[in-house]
Amino acid sequence: MNGLALQLDCPGEQHFRLQVDCVLPTTGVTAIYGPSGSGKSTLLDCIAGLRRPKSPGHVRFQGESWMTAETFVPPWQRRVAYVFQDARLFPHLNVQQNLDYAVSRRTHDDGPGMQQVVCWLELAELLQRSPAALSAGQKQRVAIGRALLSAPRLLLLDEPLANLDHSASQQCLIYLQRLTKELQLPILYVSHDIEEVSQLADYLVLLENGKIADQGSLLDLCGRLDTRLSHEEQAAAIVLGTIGQGDPEFGLTELEVEGQTLLVGLQQHAPGQRRRLRIPARDVSVCREKPLDSSILNILPVTVTEIQAQGSARVLLRLALGSQYLLSRITRKSATRLQLQEGDQLFAQIKSAALLMDSADNHE
Amino acid sequence: MSNAELDAIGLTIALAAITTILLLIFGTPLAWWLSRQKAKWPALVEALVAMPLILPPTVLGFYLLLLLAPDTAVGRAWYQLTGTQLAFSFSALVIGSVIYSLPFVVQPLQAAFQRVPEDLLKAAATLGANPLDQFRSVVIPLTRRSFVTAASLGFAHTVGEFGVVLMIGGNIPGETQVLSIALYDYVESLQFAEAHRLAGGLVVFSLVLLIMLYRQDRRDNWRVRA
Repeated sequence: MNGLALQLDCPGEQHFRLQVDCVLPTTGVTAIYGPSGSGKSTLLDCIAGLRRPKSPGHVRFQGESWMTAETFVPPWQRRVAYVFQDARLFPHLNVQQNLDYAVSRRTHDDGPGMQQVVCWLELAELLQRSPAALSAGQKQRVAIGRALLSAPRLLLLDEPLANLDHSASQQCLIYLQRLTKELQLPILYVSHDIEEVSQLADYLVLLENGKIADQGSLLDLCGRLDTRLSHEEQAAAIVLGTIGQGDPEFGLTELEVEGQTLLVGLQQHAPGQRRRLRIPARDVSVCREKPLDSSILNILPVTVTEIQAQGSARVLLRLALGSQYLLSRITRKSATRLQLQEGDQLFAQIKSAALLMDSADNHE
Repeated sequence: MSNAELDAIGLTIALAAITTILLLIFGTPLAWWLSRQKAKWPALVEALVAMPLILPPTVLGFYLLLLLAPDTAVGRAWYQLTGTQLAFSFSALVIGSVIYSLPFVVQPLQAAFQRVPEDLLKAAATLGANPLDQFRSVVIPLTRRSFVTAASLGFAHTVGEFGVVLMIGGNIPGETQVLSIALYDYVESLQFAEAHRLAGGLVVFSLVLLIMLYRQDRRDNWRVRA
């Protein structure tokens, strides 16, 4: 039996109860997304075994019972590595010793080796330093390395970038992406930052007030109107494309999406690579005729599949582009003026599209 | 220095050393347990541990004497086990000293354990460390200084004990006559020169020990980052 089966009923730290009954995938990166106080950390604590709910429930990992009414596997026997928001390096050990701490407690030798981890996370320079002498980003890299060196079967990351400044968190994100590609390790990634989630996750779980509001593949959930994501200011669809020819003269690169060509900022990547493209709903406008002399480069033919009013002034559209979806947030006035209806053939003008760093899209 | 004085010194050191070792063995788990309690009721245990701080040692000695007398259950069990009487023996002194010096070992350890963040132990647990391993590999290294403090205070306090010893040990040279008792003897019999020798020696010993403690206190100050 595959997956991580959870049935939990557990009071959280604030005024909510974590109540979930679900099966999460145990391949790739699963993001648990929700506002603070929605029970994300409580959920991870239950999975790691750091917390045992009093109410009946279960935690089963790939058919193995970690928690049932009768059994409770303690955290040190679960082989679940946990990277905390605050790194939690041992202050009396230097970086090398912190890494050794994990290696010497391995019960199985199927994890990555010391040299490999030091190389991936570029820790060689830091090995002799004390944790107190590290920057927040360096601490987090060491914590990730230490977690991997325990040869885990499941890696839990609890907002590992939340304490980092922007550039450190971007850098750390690149390291994490490298790891998700190199390792065949299921990862649960807790975050309240949808952009981080879009970069890393394959599967998305939306947690609200201790309950799972929705779950599904990242691309699917981001392109739907009936989730909380679509109501957020930064709502954005994510589409998959293939890198095409570059145009160094104008600093642009072609990206093939569903037989259409989009232009994005110049990429260093070789043509043929599959990449994610994040297109914010507020940067997509629609028109009935294809404008011929617009300054906007990316104008794609789409079909309206769903229209949803958001408040009194705005409307969110779900636009089909082949088998993928775009979101567009426009004013209700425009929607009325254009007499938009489901099934309408329109042109979507995309003002900005950010190519995400991830290049390991193998899910559908 | 007379043979009796040398005996008293040897006895005092043996008593303090055995007491300190026993206190570290039993006091460490007790201090750990107390440091991890969130409920209020362990206050009773804490109060019991702290009692010797405020009770006159003679009170403690009096009750211990009653408890260890040959006609009590404890006294009889001891006799059956060892064939010797418990009251007025070296073993009785050890029992009394362990109780009497308990707070001096448990309290510094408990305070140090409370400063060890639970979060670090959770991190250790997810890295495969069981509770005993967590204690050995995280708690002890982070509280090493407090172990030295606790052992020194326990040792020094046992050396300075008088009331309890007098009540349950009496004054048997080579068996229960420790330094403080020998000193008392000298004063009683107006042998002030000898009394000075012992009293002065104890003053110097205590001072040196405390200076060493406070120096190390200042030297390695481990702190958890906020």
